[in-house]
Amino acid sequence: MDLAALKTQLKNFVQSMFEEGVLDNQFSQIQALQDSTNPNFVEEVITLFCNDAERIINEINRNLGYQNVDFSNLDSYVHQLKGSSSSIGANRLKLACANLRQASDERNKEGCLQALQLITCEYCLLRRKFQALLHLERSIVELETNQK
Amino acid sequence: MGMAIDRDDTQFHVLAVDDSLIDRKLIERLLKTSSFQVTAVDSGSKALEFLGLNNNDADDDEEYEQRDSNTESVSSDEDQDHQDLGLGVNLIITDYCMPGMTGYDLLKKIKKSSSFKDIPVVIMSSENIPSRINRCLEDGAEEFFLKPVQLSDVNKLRPHLMKGRSKDIDSSHKTTSTRLISSGN
Repeated sequence: MDLAALKTQLKNFVQSMFEEGVLDNQFSQIQALQDSTNPNFVEEVITLFCNDAERIINEINRNLGYQNVDFSNLDSYVHQLKGSSSSIGANRLKLACANLRQASDERNKEGCLQALQLITCEYCLLRRKFQALLHLERSIVELETNQK
Repeated sequence: MGMAIDRDDTQFHVLAVDDSLIDRKLIERLLKTSSFQVTAVDSGSKALEFLGLNNNDADDDEEYEQRDSNTESVSSDEDQDHQDLGLGVNLIITDYCMPGMTGYDLLKKIKKSSSFKDIPVVIMSSENIPSRINRCLEDGAEEFFLKPVQLSDVNKLRPHLMKGRSKDIDSSHKTTSTRLISSGN
């Protein structure tokens, strides 16, 4: 596929993520911060985000596995995940965090478990799409490098 | 009056404080895009350490300097060198919610420090809580940014930094003109 076609494909792919509400405008801000002096910025941020999100989701999982859940600990993790989601523009994941926040505030363990399921779902979807996005980005960079 | 601001070629140095790795990366990129020099740390205590204030000193700063008049001039000289060498920090931007020392705690410590109280402090938070925002602004924060921070927010920083810089120039001009007058005789 030629460079222009790849770029269009990437643009359309990101656009579809906006339309589905998976991403919001904050992600555009991040894309705008990538330039020739920082050509891998988007990839770096996505990688940082995914590592962080997985760590937190695992911790939340662990916390909810205990008989007596430490809800204030849980609050702290949800806050972190919500913050990261907001910073990268992961809109649906951010909303899913609000659910967990609510259930945690209510000290509702069952509600928390359900909310966590949704979070895990949203995260997996997002990660798949990010992987596709990065694959496109890398193909573009490769083509651009070869053309120089 | 009228002298060109010839110190403008020195970059402003911003100290960014945030426990979130992603947010640190973002704020660093935003600040560098706006031509600021950036140091990013992950906690309030690291920020104080970077400034050369340890946690205890920040609280008793004034008391400590008055205690021994011999050491007083030494420590203020060191602070001056710290600033002059360009390692000096021109602005601090900090997250509010951090484990251990919050951004608000950090703000208070900076404002209590005789060496650093004039450094502008900006607070960031993901939560829009009016009472929190008001408290920070009342206690000396120049601005309060809601996260995620945008480039347009970072553009608001420059006036606060220019204010500090022209204050330096004014005071150095005053010193110069005083000297000229007294040496004129």
